[in-house]
Amino acid sequence: MLIGTNYQRLDGRAKVTGAARYVDDLPQPEGCLFGLTLRSPHPHARIDAIRRDPGYDWQGITVVTAEDIPGENVVALMTDDQPVLAAGLTRHVTEPIALVAAPTRQRAAEALKHIHVDYTPLPALLDFEIAQDHEIKIYGEDNVFARAATLRGDPDALLRDAELVIEGIYRVGHQEQLYIEPQGLIALPREDGGLTILGSMQCPYYIHKALKRVLGGVDFNVRQTTTGGAFGGKEDYPSIMGAHVALLALKAKAPVKMIYARDEDLIATTKRHPAVIRVRAAVDPKSAKLLAVESQMIFDGGAYNTLSPVVNSRGVLHGAGPYVCEHVRVTGVMVASHTPPNGAFRGFGAPQSQFAMERHMDRIARHLEMDPAELRRINYYRPGDLTPTGQRLDDPAAEEVFERARAWVEAARRAPAPVEEAPGGRGRDLARGVAFVMGFHGAGFTGNGESGLAAKVDVSLEGDRVLIHTASIDMGQGIDTVFPAIVAETLDYPLDKVSCAPHDTATVPNSGPTAASRSVMVVGGVSQKGARQLREALRAALGAGPEATFAELVAARSPEAPPLRVRAQYDDDGAIWDAARYWGDAYPTYAWTAVAVELDVDRDTGEVIYRRLFQATDVGKAMNKVIVEGQLEGGAVQALGYATLEEVVIDARGAMKNNRLTDYIIPTTMDTPELETAIVEYPFAGGPYGAKGIGELPHDVPAAAVAAAIEDAVGVVLDQLPMTPQRVLAALMMQEEEA
Amino acid sequence: MSRVYRPKDLAEALQMRADHPEAAPLAGGTDLMVTRHSAPREAYLNLFNVEGLSGIEVIQGGAIRVGAATIHRQIACSPEIQRAAPILAEAARVIGGRQIQNRGTIGGNIANASPAGDTLPVLLALDAQIEVQSAARGARLIPIEGFFKGYKQLDLAADELITAVIVPDHHQDALYFRKVGTRAAVAISQVILAGRVKRVEGRVIEARVAFGSVAPTPIRAREVEAALIGHPVDPRAADALDVHPIDDIRGTAVYRRAVAHRVLRTWLRAL
Ligand SMILES: Cc1cc2nc3c(=O)[nH]c(=O)nc-3n(C[C@H](O)[C@H](O)[C@H](O)COP(=O)(O)OP(=O)(O)OC[C@H]3O[C@@H](n4cnc5c(N)ncnc54)[C@H](O)[C@@H]3O)c2cc1C
Repeated sequence: MLIGTNYQRLDGRAKVTGAARYVDDLPQPEGCLFGLTLRSPHPHARIDAIRRDPGYDWQGITVVTAEDIPGENVVALMTDDQPVLAAGLTRHVTEPIALVAAPTRQRAAEALKHIHVDYTPLPALLDFEIAQDHEIKIYGEDNVFARAATLRGDPDALLRDAELVIEGIYRVGHQEQLYIEPQGLIALPREDGGLTILGSMQCPYYIHKALKRVLGGVDFNVRQTTTGGAFGGKEDYPSIMGAHVALLALKAKAPVKMIYARDEDLIATTKRHPAVIRVRAAVDPKSAKLLAVESQMIFDGGAYNTLSPVVNSRGVLHGAGPYVCEHVRVTGVMVASHTPPNGAFRGFGAPQSQFAMERHMDRIARHLEMDPAELRRINYYRPGDLTPTGQRLDDPAAEEVFERARAWVEAARRAPAPVEEAPGGRGRDLARGVAFVMGFHGAGFTGNGESGLAAKVDVSLEGDRVLIHTASIDMGQGIDTVFPAIVAETLDYPLDKVSCAPHDTATVPNSGPTAASRSVMVVGGVSQKGARQLREALRAALGAGPEATFAELVAARSPEAPPLRVRAQYDDDGAIWDAARYWGDAYPTYAWTAVAVELDVDRDTGEVIYRRLFQATDVGKAMNKVIVEGQLEGGAVQALGYATLEEVVIDARGAMKNNRLTDYIIPTTMDTPELETAIVEYPFAGGPYGAKGIGELPHDVPAAAVAAAIEDAVGVVLDQLPMTPQRVLAALMMQEEEA
Repeated sequence: MSRVYRPKDLAEALQMRADHPEAAPLAGGTDLMVTRHSAPREAYLNLFNVEGLSGIEVIQGGAIRVGAATIHRQIACSPEIQRAAPILAEAARVIGGRQIQNRGTIGGNIANASPAGDTLPVLLALDAQIEVQSAARGARLIPIEGFFKGYKQLDLAADELITAVIVPDHHQDALYFRKVGTRAAVAISQVILAGRVKRVEGRVIEARVAFGSVAPTPIRAREVEAALIGHPVDPRAADALDVHPIDDIRGTAVYRRAVAHRVLRTWLRAL
C-alpha cells in the first residue's frame, strides 16, 4: 500500500539541491529579448496619446501598444471587461499601457523612459465600501461585478422578533500570495510560425483560452515550467502577462522573456479581496442554538472582474460557517473600485467570510457569557443536517475535529508551552492566550461545475512507463508526486515507472485549472479512472484474461509496441444545483477543521508571539501524510501572516506603498509556532481512495483562532484583519484608559 | 560596471581611501548591495577580510576593541563581549537573520548610520568610542555621542575609515537591550531600547537610556537618565521620556512613542 505512506516527493531532490530549473534559470534562447511594462500612474485617466521620443535610438527595440493587438483587446476570464493593454482609458494605477522588448533588461528600462503618455486625470473611486451605485462609474450602471445570495427558511421574521439578536461588523484587508518565484513567462516563436508560451503558471488552459482571443489566429501552445509557488496568484494573472510576452514576441519575431522584479510583482499583480462583512444572528438564550443567521458581505474586486464572481460565491457559500441553522440568508456583492484588480488566492472568499462568522460566534458566546467552545459544540453540523443551500451533510467529521481541538486546548491550559525568551526580548510583559475555532471548506467547483467542465486526463503506456497527461500543475503542493502514486496504486505497479508528462496544452487535455482544492480529489480521480481504462485497453489488445496483473500485461507486450494512450473523463456526479436560487449541492464534499492557537501578547508593544498551533483536519484520506501535513502547516502559517503581520498599505492613488519584502511583513520560521497536526480521515466516496480537497482549508480560520486567543490573553476584541501590533496596542491602550 | 579596489592591509586601505574618494567602502555589503540598482556606485573599496580591520581583543582597563570589519556573528559569539557588554552580543544576534549576521559588520552598521541600526543605541548606552583613521592624520577616538551629527551624517572625513569600536567593561552594571521589530527575524526595528544603570547602595549613580528608530539618529533620553539619578530605580522615571518619532511606512509616530515609553517602564520595573 502506497497511498497514505510517506513515499518521497519526485521533485524534492532537484528542488533541495538547486538542480530544478525555474523559468529564469532556463538557458536563454538564441536572440531572446527582455520585456518590460509601462504602467499607469493614475487610478483613472483618459489616455490622450502615447508618444515615442523621436530623438531616442529605437534600433533593436520593440514597442507594443493596444493598436498592435491582432485579435481582441480582452483578457478572457469570466467577462471581457479587462483589456490586455489600456486603450483610451486607464482604470487603475499600474495598469499596463505599453510594452517594450530589448536585448537586455537595462535597455528595456531605458527605452521605457522614452515613451511618453499624455493623460487627462479623471475622478477616481478608490473606496469600495461606497462604490456601489456611485456616480463615478467603473463597471456597468452600479459598479457591481456580481451578486450572490442564499436563502433558507425565513430569517427576517426571527431577526425582527427574537429575544436576542447579535450584530457585528468585520473587516479584512488585502493579502499578497507571495510565491517565492515571481511571475515569469517566455514566448518562443516556433518554426511553424506559431508560438510557445512557457513559464510559471497554475492554469495552462486559462492562458490558452485568453490568448486565443488576443492572438487572432496565431497557433500556440502553453507549457508550464517548474513553478515556485502560486497560491492562486498564478491562476488569473498569467493570462494577461502571457498576452504581453506573446504580443512582444510576435512583433519582434524573437523570443521574449518577462520576469517581474519583486517590487513590480507586489505592486501590479492580484491580491486577496478586502471585505467588510456584517453578521446578525438570532440566538436562543437558553439553548444557545442559532435561530437565524444573516451575513452580508461586500468584497473589493478592484478595477476588473478577473475571477471575482467565484470569490464572491465561495465567500457566500461558506459565510454561515460549519453551523446548522434553519433560517439563513447570506449575501455577497462584489464591487468595483479604481484599484488594481484582486484575484484568486487560496481560500477564494472563504477565509474572509469564515473569519467574520467565527468572530461572530465568539461575540455571541461573550454575550451569553458562555464558553465559546460550548457554543460551537451546540451548533456544529451533525450528520443529516442541511446547509443554507439545502445540501444534506452526512459527515460526522465536525464532531471529531471539535473534540480533538477542545482536548488540545484543555491540555494547553493545564500545561502551557514555556515562554522562550529570545535575544532582544528579555523580560517582556507577556499575557498568554489559547483558543480554538472551527472551519470547513467545500472542495471542487461549485454546484455542477465539475460535471460541466468534465475534466479530461490521458494516461499512456510508453515502453514500460506509464505517463499521466493532465493540465494540473505542481506548484509545490506535490501533484507530480501524488498523481503517479494514485495511478501506481491503482495498477499495482512500481511508482518509479509512473510519472506526470510535461504540462503542455499541445499534448495534455483540459483537466481544468489547478485551483479550488480540486486537483487530487477530482483530477486525481480521473487519473485513477484513466489508469483502469489503460489496463482494460491493454488487456483487450493482448486478449488477456481478467486475472492478469498490469505488470504481467506490460511484460507480455512487445517492447517495440507503439504507445498506448487512453482518455478518461470526469463522470457527471449527479449534483443538483440551482444556480439562480443558490440551492442544492453546493460542493461535492466538505473538509473540516478545528484550529487552536496558543500565543503570547506583548502588552507593551501589541506584538503577538505564537507558541503552538494545533489543527485537527479531516482530509478524507491522506494520499501522502508528509505532503498533506505540509499543506496544512504551510496554509496555517500563511494564515498567521494574514492574522497579524501582512498589511498592504495603499497610497492615495490606490497603489501598494510597501511593495518590498522589507516592508510587507510575512512570517519567518522564527515567527512560526510549534505546529501540531492531527489528520482525521472520513473518506469521500467520490475522491480517489476517499480523498477530499484540502489545499485551501488550512488558510480559512487560523486568523479567527488568533483573534480569539488574543481575546483570551488580554481581553481586547479585534474584528479587523490584520491585527498588527499597532492595532493590538491601540486596543490595549483604549482598554487601559477605560479601566 | 564598477571598479573594485582590494587593499591587502589597513595601511593600503587608508591610502586607497585617500586616493579614490569616489570609491565607497564595502564591508559586508549587506547595506550597500541593497542599493546596487537604485544608487549604483562607480567604485568600491573592499574592506572585507582586510588584515587588521577585524577581530575582538581586550585592551587596557578591560575595555574591548572590536575591529570595524568584525561580523555580527563573531560579536554574538565572543566570550569577551559576553562578559563586558552582553547587550552588544544580544543586538548582534537579532540583526537580520543568520546570513546577514555572517556577512554584515559592526563598522558597516555604524557607518550606514540608519536610525534603526540595532547596535547604535547599544553603543550609546555603553559609552563606546569610535576609532577612525586616515593615511594623512593617523587615528582619532570619538565618543559615540558626538559621532552621529544628523540623519546619516557622521563625524568622518572623506579620507577616513572607521577602524574600530572601543567598548568599556560594564559587567558590573545592569544592562538591557530590547528590539521591537514586528516579526522575530529579518526585521527593521520600530523601536530599540538599550539601557545601563550603575547603582551604589541601591541608588543610581550613572544611567544611560538610549533609543533607536525614534529620531533621525540614535539618541540618549537624558531626561529619563536625569530622573533616575540619585535614588533607587523608580519606574515612573519612564514618564519623563520625551521622544518625537515620525510616521513612516513601517509604523506610526504614535505607536513608536507609546512603545518606547512602555518598554522602558517594563525594564525599569524589573530592575
Ligand atoms: C535582509 C537584511 C536585514 C537586515 N537587518 C538588519 C537589522 O535587523 N538590524 C540592523 O541594524 N541592520 C540590518 N540590516 C542592515 C545591515 O545588515 C547592517 O547595517 C550591517 O551591519 C551593515 O554592515 P555591512 O558590513 O554589510 O555594511 P556595508 O553594506 O558594506 O556598508 C554599509 C555602509 O557603511 C560604509 N562602511 C562600511 N564599512 C566602513 C568603514 N569601516 N568605514 C567607513 N565606512 C564604512 C559603506 O560605505 C556603506 O555606506 C539588514 C540588511 C539586510 C539586507
